[in-house]
Amino acid sequence: MPDIQTTTSRLGRRVVLYLVVAVGAVLMLFPFLWTVITSITPSGTLSSGPSLVVEDPTLDAYRELFGVMPVWRIVGNSFGVAVATTVLQLITSSMAAYAFARLPFRGRNVVFAVYLATLMIPLQVLVVPLFIEMTRLQLNDTYFALLAPTIASAFGVFLLKQAMEGVPRELDEAATIDGAGHLRIFSTIMLPLVRPSLATLAVFAFMSSWNSFLWPLVVIRSPELMTLPLGLATLRGQFTTEWDVVMAGAVVSIIPIALLYLVAQRHIIAGMAHTGIK
Amino acid sequence: MSASTAPSLAPRATVDTAVGRARRGPASRRRGLKHAGWVLLFLLPSAIPLIAFVLVPMVGSAWVSLHRWNLISGMEWVGLDNYAKLLGDPTTRKVFGNTLMYIAGYLPLVYVGGLGLALLLNQAFRGRSFFRAAYFLPVVTSWVVVALVWQWLLNPSNGLVNQALGAIGLPEPGWWTDPTWALPSVVLASAWKDLGFVMVILLAGLQAIPGDVMEAARMDGANAWQRFRSITLPLLSPSTFFVVVISLVNGFQVFDQVYVMTGGGPSGASQVVVGQIYDLTFRYGRAGEASALSWLLFALILGVTAFQLHGQKRWVNHA
Repeated sequence: MPDIQTTTSRLGRRVVLYLVVAVGAVLMLFPFLWTVITSITPSGTLSSGPSLVVEDPTLDAYRELFGVMPVWRIVGNSFGVAVATTVLQLITSSMAAYAFARLPFRGRNVVFAVYLATLMIPLQVLVVPLFIEMTRLQLNDTYFALLAPTIASAFGVFLLKQAMEGVPRELDEAATIDGAGHLRIFSTIMLPLVRPSLATLAVFAFMSSWNSFLWPLVVIRSPELMTLPLGLATLRGQFTTEWDVVMAGAVVSIIPIALLYLVAQRHIIAGMAHTGIK
Repeated sequence: MSASTAPSLAPRATVDTAVGRARRGPASRRRGLKHAGWVLLFLLPSAIPLIAFVLVPMVGSAWVSLHRWNLISGMEWVGLDNYAKLLGDPTTRKVFGNTLMYIAGYLPLVYVGGLGLALLLNQAFRGRSFFRAAYFLPVVTSWVVVALVWQWLLNPSNGLVNQALGAIGLPEPGWWTDPTWALPSVVLASAWKDLGFVMVILLAGLQAIPGDVMEAARMDGANAWQRFRSITLPLLSPSTFFVVVISLVNGFQVFDQVYVMTGGGPSGASQVVVGQIYDLTFRYGRAGEASALSWLLFALILGVTAFQLHGQKRWVNHA
């Protein structure tokens, strides 16, 4: 008798578990579905209240979107800037991390403390003076201005220094005896051994660049240089009541990152979790 | 980390000899210079941008905060007047208050929600990785997209949420167009976006809890709630600490979703500190005050972080 009881209670718990996670999934995924539905709903029917079933779906909103904005260019900008930021941060951070982990020099701890201090300063606090600096340098409204504040990342240096300090010293000492210089040790021993941390940094750099809004908002004026968040916010300003067009813009900006997420899902989640443990 | 930042610079074997030789003769001095060259080569690619785009604007910001300046005409020295003005201005209190309200609404929502999801996903069941991926999708979506989607969902007249509320006879709030509901609307959208992130951090923490500890408690007859209270929560405290620190720092810097969803309105009802910095600079041409406000915010973030790092000994379990 107790056997049946435990099986039924286990089955019951299973059902409740699935019910709860399914409700959660609906709550998390439905807004995306709703965005797509809205974007293909004829604009006339939106004001009367939206419906889940679209009577006669249309791509008018997308036509209008591509008519008012250089959409492909903007998607390209977002990708280009995010990839450039990621590559630059990987290079600058890993090199600095190597110096802090393996090249003793006088005042190293002071220099590292200054690096850590910059980690505490949010870009938000620097936006006004950075804008002034870019204006002085006549770099406003350029790709360089978009990249400038994120070429180096103290977070990246910190993360990779921790990882490199975990690499056994015997490995590079052996390489030194074999006649390897710093560049060889750095590129053939260190970098391959800290790959998980490099992946974490890459995920963070790419996502924060992809999502960045305040700095582009401040420094970019030309539509040809806009990134997706800025383009979308501009679109919202122009189409205050045409939600089908705004949602079409949202769909266009979700698709690339969602595809990337589908492909690299495990790495992205692992990368995020990685930062939480240490 | 503590060992490497300790003030004593214990030189390591290989370079120790290089430095030692540098004092002895010209050939060794050349080697010392070469070592300095390597240090510069590895450090400058990050040091130059950090100096140019963090430290210089930092100092510049302090300088600007002591002036009255509209970004166009000349700067006028006012000393600490901007700070005095801000501290006496009810708007300053309002924007800091709103920022704290945002955090007070957001943090419990994402923590409790994220912990709930993490506990669910910490059990073995089919389709678990699908659900984990689904919950995480909003995390990779940009703030602007999230803000727009929620602005549409929470549209007072024909948004889906109010349609649903109306259909079951509940009151339909004005959401982001209503002073009382504007900030809660932003909190809701923000929590929805970050829930998956918190879940992943806490899930990693849960999975690090050794199974035999749990098993031993079960043997001793501890029920599920007792196990949660006296094993899971304490052993999860490092992850909890991380979530709290990150959420607070991000919370103080909240801007994108507010700017897009409410623009700080209606009439300042949901304005936050960074939004005020932006408006002061680019709408009202008061760059001096904006810089002073940046410094106040920075001081607050530093203070809160220091307080947390200090306080963590009391409740964070570093087993």
